[in-house]
Amino acid sequence: MTDLSQLEADLSAQIAAAGDLSALEAVRVAALGKTGSVSALLKTLGAMSPDERKERGPQINGLRDRATALIAERKAALEAAALDAQLAAERLDLTLPAPPRRKGGVHPTMQVMDEMVAIFAEMGFSVAEGPDIEDDFHNFTALNFPPKHPAREMHDTFFFHPGEDGERKLLRTHTSPVQVRTMQRTNTPPPAPWIAGGQEPPIRVIVPGRTYRKDSDQTHTPMFHQVEGLVIDKGVHMGHLKWTLETFIARFFETDSVVTRFRPHHFPFTEPSAEMDVGCDRSGGELRIGQGSDWLEILGCGMVHPNVLRACGVDPDVYQGFAFGMGVDRLAMLKYGMPDLRDLFAGDGRWLSHYGFSAFADPNPASGLS
Amino acid sequence: MKFTLSWLKDHLETTASVDRIVEAMTMAGLEVEDVEDPATKLAAFSVAKIVEAVQHPNADRLRVCQVETRDGRKEIVCGAPNARAGLTTIYAPIGAYVPGLGVTLVEKPVRGVVSNGMMCSASELEVAEESDGILELPDSLAVGTSAAEALGLEAVIDFEVTPNRPDWLGVAGIARDLAAAGVGRLKDLSVQAVAGKFPCPVEIRLDGSDACPVFAGRLVRGVRNGPSPEWLQARLKAIGLRPISALVDITNLLSYDRARPLHVYDAAKLTGGFIEARLGREGEEVHALDGKTYAVTPDMCVIADAKGPLGLGGVMGGEDSGCSETTTDVFIESAWFDPLRTAQTGRVLGITSDAQYRFARGVDPGFVVPGLELATKLVLELCGGEASEVLVAGQIPAAPVPIEFDPNYVHRLSGLSVAREGVLEILHKLGFETKGDGASVVVTPPTWRRDVEGKADLVEEVARIAGYGALPSTPLPEVARAVGGVLTVRQARARVARRALAAAGYSEAVTWSFTARKTAELFGGGQDALVLANPIAAELDCMRPSILPNLIEAAGRNAKRGFADAALFEIGPVFGGDQPQDQRLAISAILAPHGPRRWDGAQAEDVFTIKADLIALLDELGAPTANLQVAQGAAAPWWHPGRSARLQLGPKAVIAEFGALHPAVLKALDVDGPVYGFEVFVETIPEPKRKPTKTKPALALSPLMPLSRDFAFVVAKDKAAGDLTKAVAGADKALIAAARVFDVYEGKGVEDGFKSLAVEVTIQPREATLTEAEIEALSAKIVAAAEKATGAKLRG
Repeated sequence: MTDLSQLEADLSAQIAAAGDLSALEAVRVAALGKTGSVSALLKTLGAMSPDERKERGPQINGLRDRATALIAERKAALEAAALDAQLAAERLDLTLPAPPRRKGGVHPTMQVMDEMVAIFAEMGFSVAEGPDIEDDFHNFTALNFPPKHPAREMHDTFFFHPGEDGERKLLRTHTSPVQVRTMQRTNTPPPAPWIAGGQEPPIRVIVPGRTYRKDSDQTHTPMFHQVEGLVIDKGVHMGHLKWTLETFIARFFETDSVVTRFRPHHFPFTEPSAEMDVGCDRSGGELRIGQGSDWLEILGCGMVHPNVLRACGVDPDVYQGFAFGMGVDRLAMLKYGMPDLRDLFAGDGRWLSHYGFSAFADPNPASGLS
Repeated sequence: MKFTLSWLKDHLETTASVDRIVEAMTMAGLEVEDVEDPATKLAAFSVAKIVEAVQHPNADRLRVCQVETRDGRKEIVCGAPNARAGLTTIYAPIGAYVPGLGVTLVEKPVRGVVSNGMMCSASELEVAEESDGILELPDSLAVGTSAAEALGLEAVIDFEVTPNRPDWLGVAGIARDLAAAGVGRLKDLSVQAVAGKFPCPVEIRLDGSDACPVFAGRLVRGVRNGPSPEWLQARLKAIGLRPISALVDITNLLSYDRARPLHVYDAAKLTGGFIEARLGREGEEVHALDGKTYAVTPDMCVIADAKGPLGLGGVMGGEDSGCSETTTDVFIESAWFDPLRTAQTGRVLGITSDAQYRFARGVDPGFVVPGLELATKLVLELCGGEASEVLVAGQIPAAPVPIEFDPNYVHRLSGLSVAREGVLEILHKLGFETKGDGASVVVTPPTWRRDVEGKADLVEEVARIAGYGALPSTPLPEVARAVGGVLTVRQARARVARRALAAAGYSEAVTWSFTARKTAELFGGGQDALVLANPIAAELDCMRPSILPNLIEAAGRNAKRGFADAALFEIGPVFGGDQPQDQRLAISAILAPHGPRRWDGAQAEDVFTIKADLIALLDELGAPTANLQVAQGAAAPWWHPGRSARLQLGPKAVIAEFGALHPAVLKALDVDGPVYGFEVFVETIPEPKRKPTKTKPALALSPLMPLSRDFAFVVAKDKAAGDLTKAVAGADKALIAAARVFDVYEGKGVEDGFKSLAVEVTIQPREATLTEAEIEALSAKIVAAAEKATGAKLRG
């Protein structure tokens, strides 16, 4: 009895003293291994008489079971301590900066272009494009600007040097040449697949693009962006034009209470012609569209001039329609509050990140068109 | 163009306020730019009378005045020498802002005497540029009368005239439209002829060209030319014109009143007994009224006598033949000059006179003779003398052509509902004549409306007078929507690229389509056809062949402001020639990595960053990135020759170029490197095949585990890793899913001139797990293929 008690006491002490897993293993082998002290005791059971075995068996087996349990318990404790030590060693200072990730953005003019395309697409318009370098016919003559007419001077046109044929190419002063390309049935196939080809009425397109005039100050830059609209059909009149633009303005400025005013104006390529003003409030230095008693000029529009239809081979006694054109950069400035047009084209990183839009702000009818 | 209310009332009977008139003008198509109303500006100022003026006790030059004012009797200190008892003048109370001084009056002692206001001079009220002493006004003016009224000042309306409406360049024309718009009643504009007392002694000759189809004139002899009367001077001054002499002022008056420019010649200074309008001759010169000498060309119309050109017809008169105070016989010219030629002459010579402005837009051909009669009447009234008979040379240009017009067309084109009688009434009020009472009428526009050429023009006339405010708002008919959206593949790709690059950390810029020619040349452009004849600035004289230089320069500007780290992109046109098909859409990005230093020692972004971003972008755009050839060293010369490549489907299908920019190019653009970039040519990316269904191909998932094997190859240093991996992957296309370099090593253990490339090959068993022998056989195929393609040997 005494020797077993002594052995158990010694084993308990050794297990408790084992400082790490290898020391514990050594204790286990010394006690429970093939030649271990407890294993040796177990072997003695075979030589015992049944009565003796009946008495000693449970004592020795009990010793083995308790030793095994103690070792397992000690092992778990040692492992937990080791993990704690490892975790403590693995501590990182998470206030350190993470690797920098660049934050990009979409230019406000382009964001507004995408907004406008989304709004007009909802109204059944498709998108037509044309070249920036144009000829006199598409930019002026077909649009009812008579040769040498003073109206041409108002456009401050950029010209190229005359070519071998004496023809002087120019940078389009408006997106209206694409009206001509779209209506002219002979323009098939177009000079390049991306350029609008002639189509039969009914026509319902918008034309976004770069335009150019030789002008530079706070509200004029030598390059700017326009979106043109063209609708040709039977029986389309100025009332449709008014509805289209009012609907657009309300969606674009996200206001229910848009008030518009159409004023007579003159453009060679429309008759009757109009400019559209939008009711606004300028008090407090901030522009609010859709309320107040001031007017803000937004765009020019009108019914396509019969001479333009004729120049494109469309019979003005059968088809009629309207066209409008608006400055995209200016609309962007009005909506998002950029003060100086020139900044839009300067590529200043600080400006771009301040006025830019998230990549994921893609205008769509579900999450909003602006 | 400017006018005043009283001038308008010469032709329009109306009680309308300035605000009402401005509103009516705006809605009739006259864009009012500004209304300057002196009654508002000078509201604080009023008439006062000095009752007593005594010497200031402490100042020799000052007087202390007792003044009867609107606010009662005031003691005012005044320094003007003419401040005297009994003077009627203008008084400003404490608190008034004096525009000519730019100060607001405060109560303060002047040398010990408190001045309770101020008495004003003309310049202090900004009604004259200079003045001497305080205003001296008629005694008849009552104390308290407003300064604007006392000084006869009235609102000046400044407005913009569109080029189609030269008739609005005369006050009478505005009165006509306002009357039609219901603002008042138009007074009689007709002109009485003045009977001639003798034949005109000056012969008028024309050269038969289109420069001057008609020229009317007459002589008035025995005139006295001097300053014009007060009413005429005041009228001209009110709109910013300088009175000169009665004869000249009459021509200016009619220019602004009837849009009828005229010219007056001192008949004594004419040589040869005739005056002619003809085309200029080489070598001729005109000494014009502005004191400058202009060289004449055969494209210009001159007015000449026997000695040569006197002036530029319709543009500017000559100095030598003008009227002066000594003029006794005056020849009055009322001609009609060709608008295009007049515009051209003005443009070439840089002259924009009131006459040139009007003739270039086209004056009323029907008013050539009436204009002359009206001028004669005024000359006789203001300068005396007697008039000759009128001489008219040439033919008055044809009147506008009558238009067949169905009044219902107003509704069809504008959507406005205006009854037939309403349509006709508006046209009549605007001076149009109508004939017939059937479904269509024949409308003859007045001679001053040469812009009206067809039915649509008539609709505009009716619509703007009826009022655009009445336009209905009519929804567009619903149309079938394009299935799958309205954008073309190219348009949709631009939109996706914008979002993808912004998400990848690039900021979108929009830069000019032009650049400097020498910059364009650095990027393969600068051809003559793309150089602007009239650039806005020398450094913006050429269409850009690439977006890259603009982005690089933008990065350079940012760096000079202290923000060197840049990741920019732009989607826009680049130009290979001046034909429509030479314009291409490019997507370009640059990366100038100057990010913050890293505490963990991780590598900065480099050329492989831009490569990764480019491949990711091309994936988003649907380009077949797996099939793209990376043609190292084949990119254009503005790239670093050793660190750039083309991505192509074949030599003629270049989809993009990328790499580090050439240091010499960066130096020329004054930008510190390195700068990495790419340019994608959107049109080269194949468009997806149109398929009848949107269904994706079925997904085949192998139940067998892929395995990987590593190979270390030794290969000549100049061999491309891409060629090696391509050969490895091609060794057994059925089994090899991927081959990827994971280590590159040169140095100890590898022979000079060679490098070691470690390749991880992913093998995807197809039908059954591979046996060791099968894997050995595949490895042998891989090694053989690598050696065949690149001379690579397995590293020993």
